[in-house]
Amino acid sequence: MKILVVDDFSTMRRIVRNLLRDLGFTNTSEADDGKTALPMLQTGGYDFLVTDWNMPGMTGIDLLKAVRADPKLVNLPVLMVTAEAKREQIILAAQTGVNGYVIKPFTAATLKEKIDKIFERIDG
Amino acid sequence: MTEVVEKSRLLLAQDLVKALEGNDETAADIILDKIGSMRESMLFQEVGKLTRQLHDTMNNFALDSKMIELTSTDIPDAKERLNYVIAMTEQAANQTLGVVEDLVPISQDLSDQANKLSNKWDRFLAKDMPFEEFKNMSQEITEHFSQTKEKVSSVQAGLTDILLAQGFQDITGQIIRRVIDLVQDMETSMVELVRLSGSKTHTQTAVEEPAGMELPGPVVPGVDDKANNVATSQDDVDDLLSSLGF
Repeated sequence: MKILVVDDFSTMRRIVRNLLRDLGFTNTSEADDGKTALPMLQTGGYDFLVTDWNMPGMTGIDLLKAVRADPKLVNLPVLMVTAEAKREQIILAAQTGVNGYVIKPFTAATLKEKIDKIFERIDG
Repeated sequence: MTEVVEKSRLLLAQDLVKALEGNDETAADIILDKIGSMRESMLFQEVGKLTRQLHDTMNNFALDSKMIELTSTDIPDAKERLNYVIAMTEQAANQTLGVVEDLVPISQDLSDQANKLSNKWDRFLAKDMPFEEFKNMSQEITEHFSQTKEKVSSVQAGLTDILLAQGFQDITGQIIRRVIDLVQDMETSMVELVRLSGSKTHTQTAVEEPAGMELPGPVVPGVDDKANNVATSQDDVDDLLSSLGF
């Protein structure tokens, strides 16, 4: 399982990667915004994307749009982990095709639950 | 009114008297027309001046209302946001320190136990241990293994808590960025105000609108949750998503 973690704050990338490692996902890479992430996704053979929303360059929602518009990436599971908590934003993310939405600050249990749910649905 | 205008009016009046005394109707009419048009152009100038003043006052007013918004809403908001940053950093520091304080004695216990057993084990290897004592040691080793498993798992849980507590850096970073933006806005307004009060001949500069969708960022309690249009917990998010068929 190859996972890409996208966040403009390096501390948050480290936190998410460490939590993923605790959950048994050791093959992770990171990018600091959508612009850096998109070419990595297009060439890298990733199985799962964890992204923040508010980032300079290219935001997470634009990255999600680009992923859903790319025939090779259209089915890539995407978990949004963000401090953006407006109802209209959550609805927009859902409409754009996000697979899970976690608001910061979050717990390790929440992250695990959402990831489990995403893969349950895909496997099921 | 300028002296030149006064003088030319006086000259025109003298000419008018002369023309009327000489019964020159045509000349008198021309002079009267000249005086009339002069009055009109002066009137236009006055109206122009008034319009200019009104325009300046309106611009000042627009700036005032921006300043009012800054001082009445944005600055108290910024104070709330910065207070929240203090609260979050304090919480993260306390959480981290609390876990460290819990884990240090656990790791000390494990280390003490291991030292004690290691001494005994050395004596056993040196064949310097009676059988009764060896039986006790076996029991102690069994207990040590089970305690180690338990204690190491609480150390791991503590490490995860410390890891998550560092999330404050991202959240507070986003909040501080917003306050920096506000300070920049204030600076622009102040410069504009100084420019206005320094000279009346200013040109209105267009306020730059940020491109794209506005991203409100982390919810600061008491500031961003007033309108009840934000999710304040993961449960809120989950409820909203499940109402959308997730």
